[in-house]
Amino acid sequence: MSTATQRLILRMADDELILAHRHSEWTGMGPLLEEDIAFSSIAQDKLGHAQALYQILHDQFEAPVPDAQAFGRNEATFTCCQFVELPNGEYDFSLVRHFLFDTAEYLRYGMLAKSTVEPLAKLARKVHGELKYHLYHAQTWIIQLSSQGTEESKARMQTALNEAWPYALGMFDPKDDDAALSADGVFPGEQALEDAWRASVADICAKATLVVPTDTAAMLGGRKGFHTEYLQPMLDEMTEVYRIDPSAEW
Amino acid sequence: MTRTDVLEALTHVMDPEIPTLSLVDMGVITGVTVAEDGSVRVTMTPTFVGCPAIDVMRSEAEAAVRALGVEKVTVEVNFDEPWTTNRLTEHGRQMLLKHGLAPPEPFDTTVELHLDVLNNTACPYCGSRNTTMKSPFGPTLCRSLHYCNACQQAFEGFKPV
Repeated sequence: MSTATQRLILRMADDELILAHRHSEWTGMGPLLEEDIAFSSIAQDKLGHAQALYQILHDQFEAPVPDAQAFGRNEATFTCCQFVELPNGEYDFSLVRHFLFDTAEYLRYGMLAKSTVEPLAKLARKVHGELKYHLYHAQTWIIQLSSQGTEESKARMQTALNEAWPYALGMFDPKDDDAALSADGVFPGEQALEDAWRASVADICAKATLVVPTDTAAMLGGRKGFHTEYLQPMLDEMTEVYRIDPSAEW
Repeated sequence: MTRTDVLEALTHVMDPEIPTLSLVDMGVITGVTVAEDGSVRVTMTPTFVGCPAIDVMRSEAEAAVRALGVEKVTVEVNFDEPWTTNRLTEHGRQMLLKHGLAPPEPFDTTVELHLDVLNNTACPYCGSRNTTMKSPFGPTLCRSLHYCNACQQAFEGFKPV
């Protein structure tokens, strides 16, 4: 029987792992060298965060070792939101997802820095400093390609934002654990995070002259193991080497 | 065997990605204790959580302490004391320069870091501050890319975190 704290750490870790893999798909494919390096670096950071979170689950909650959690599970046991598993699409979509996700992630770790779960608080304090660079990168490009861009680039950013929005809202699912997490001082809750995220996203969108999309139904299900058609093929590829010999020492 | 002996040994263990910089100068060693039975415990912390070099650094640190004749060595990696670039020693900053990397600007960790500090980073080749930050991400997680308008040379910096 998992606790609210375990579920929180697992969904954070799964989100980080899957998005890290998506970002890494830009390695060698970026539209310009600096962006190729940026997405690869961000992927590497996220992978490190995922590993540290799986390590906390292993140390504190008797979960398997990080590698087994990352590579030894099937789709139905992954609790990532559907947002992170969507294919990269064009660069505009990847940038918008990076912006929306990292804004939430930055705020999330900021909140967790005060968590009563000590290993999580320590990790959060460390990660928060790193994420500043992700956020800075995302915001720079969002503004550059929108208010400072061409008509075409701005239109593409707006379209990507509209498409990403319902999936992005799925990052703040589920909210049923909010009361328990907040009462124990673990985390203020997904609703509190979503509120802070909306304010921050609106601020940057205003600078970018992008219109914050009207809310439509959030794309939910990922947290319960219901995923898009894109996750399992990605897992197959990601775990291919591990599955040849799970006990191999590297 | 004293704490000083252990620290001295660790000044000879170099960052695998920046061979002029020792673990001690980098500030990743957060604690060294020598117990009464002679066993040694070292704690260290990564520059970035996802730093791929940390395992190599950990095992090299352990080997360096063992080479002193210590039988029982534990090297633990944790985030108890998070690394920031302010932990670099003055000697470490000189060693970065020697490697052609701009040392990070020291900053006040109690206030939110503004990334404007990355602009006008002093060029490691000519010292000019007439430089432009090209990208906050470089060849390793801890570096950023810059261009010096004075000597027209691209360079890398160790980014402040």
